[in-house]
Amino acid sequence: MAPVGTPYFFYALAALALVSGVLVITRRNVVHSALALIVTLLSVAGLYLMLYAPFVAGVQIIVYAGGIMVLFLFVIMLVNIERSSKDRRFNRMWPVGLGAAVALLALFVFAFTKGKTLFPDRMMSLPESSNTQQIATMLYGDAGQIGPYTFAFEIASLLLLVAILGAVIMTKKKI
Amino acid sequence: MIFNLMASWMPNFIVSYLGSTVTPGEAGSQFWALIYVLIIFTGVSVAVMAMNWLERKALAHFQIRLGPMRVGPHGLLQPIADALKLMLKEDIIPAEADQFVFWVAPLIGLLTAFAVYTVIPFGPSQAVSDMNIGILFMLGVSSLGVLGIVVAGWASNSHYPLIGALRSSAQMVSYEVAMGLVVVSAILMTSLNENGTGTLSMIGIVRAQEQQGIWFIFKFFPLGLIAFIIFAIAMVAETNRAPFDMAEAESELTAGYHTEYSGLRWSLFMLAEYAAMIAVSSIAVTLWLGGWMRPFLRLLHGPSWDFIFSLFPGLTFLGLAAIAFIGVVRMPAHFFFKIQKIGLAAFAGLLGFIALLLLVIAVAGRSADTSVGARLNQSIGYIYWFLFKVAVFMYLFIWYRATWPRYRFDQLMRVGWKVLLPISLAVFVLTAIVGVLVS
Repeated sequence: MAPVGTPYFFYALAALALVSGVLVITRRNVVHSALALIVTLLSVAGLYLMLYAPFVAGVQIIVYAGGIMVLFLFVIMLVNIERSSKDRRFNRMWPVGLGAAVALLALFVFAFTKGKTLFPDRMMSLPESSNTQQIATMLYGDAGQIGPYTFAFEIASLLLLVAILGAVIMTKKKI
Repeated sequence: MIFNLMASWMPNFIVSYLGSTVTPGEAGSQFWALIYVLIIFTGVSVAVMAMNWLERKALAHFQIRLGPMRVGPHGLLQPIADALKLMLKEDIIPAEADQFVFWVAPLIGLLTAFAVYTVIPFGPSQAVSDMNIGILFMLGVSSLGVLGIVVAGWASNSHYPLIGALRSSAQMVSYEVAMGLVVVSAILMTSLNENGTGTLSMIGIVRAQEQQGIWFIFKFFPLGLIAFIIFAIAMVAETNRAPFDMAEAESELTAGYHTEYSGLRWSLFMLAEYAAMIAVSSIAVTLWLGGWMRPFLRLLHGPSWDFIFSLFPGLTFLGLAAIAFIGVVRMPAHFFFKIQKIGLAAFAGLLGFIALLLLVIAVAGRSADTSVGARLNQSIGYIYWFLFKVAVFMYLFIWYRATWPRYRFDQLMRVGWKVLLPISLAVFVLTAIVGVLVS
């Protein structure tokens, strides 16, 4: 089915992502920040959907909006919000943040102006119905072969496993 | 003949749609998608009201009480009276509460509970849309539902709701892990076909069971069965129902996360909870119990068996009509009960009329002279069997609540992490090994 009103959806989702992203860093109340972050993550998931990447959108919702944000909120609730909202905020690092933001902006401008020569000049034409299979082929390769990203994928999962073990070892004194 | 008559007075596009074999999403028809959404929304709301009545009645009978008896015959109108009361009740927002978050929390729960219905396949073409990532979408969006609970507990700015919210978030995150692993083991089973590609689409999963000629609960016995049992346990924990209703344990936390809520907002939480129960039951039915397929599709096949099974929807309504009619006969012959008696008799008559209609469609659809008639007959069968299986789960939810005492929180965590998670990992690995050996 042909997409309907694509530019409007894009502008709406992008605006939502930007506005809620700004809210994340400007709200004094931590829970409000967390809620704004959820909205940002969900609108980014919507943008993935618009790029015909439903699998990535689904994983974004499950992992970030569903899993990580619940843990964030869980931790935030154990913190005394009354006191933390009155504390002096840890924002002496703003020159560094500004520098990073300017660098990122420069990168975006560079990619936007020179993008034609940097990237292959064609649209991705993945049919929506086989997106998940395509990702599987990239990660695991066709039958009997190793895909282009198999090694990176396995290494990343090993890294996560090490992180989990590290967290367990740090919290438990005796195992 | 009946269908020709029907076709002559129905608008053409309705008739053309009844013969359609694709979902509105696939056909790109926004009009039909909207109609489906409205039907599902109304249907779920009515089902929640019916469930409310049934739960109170069944629980009462489990405990040798009568349950609601006053409003309408056998308390049939009680849910409507409750809904009216809740709508008229004062909507209190505590002074110390976080106004905006307090306001938005029930809406998060409600939206996520209803959003998952877009991919639930009531039949091969009876779904709003068939997403490529159907099951992933359902798990993801239903896992967002916990946000509503957590945020509600925090925004109330009160002790019991906060503890309820903390318990609920810990519980849901823990049980999601085991749930996800057994879902993956069911998805692995869908890939056992000639070209070896599985699917995440809800309709595709049922189609895979159709092709392999077996419900996944019986596949690789006992692996499918164990996976199903783990899912059945985890889904009770996911929906915060007894015996895992730690988030609203009334003897410990008064009402848990919704202690400070009243009126319409409180009823939105209830609506979301029951809608989520129906949604997770539909996942279980789709993944392991063959979705819309009737029982014994392989064993008892042939046109005559098809006909016998197509009589079931009509017979069910006939049974309900008979129960209502017995209620009319047993009503005391006092003039206080006159209006109730007439009302119940009218209800019995309505059920009987629906039964008659369904039986006529079943009989006429058997020797249908148009494709529309045969399609209509089939569609009713699909929807009936899907809803029948979901209804069994709904009854099980009530049964659990009446039977089992509530778990302690540490026991709950122990079961989730030390029992269900290792078993589901083992089931997952064994399913993969057996699947490779078989193919």
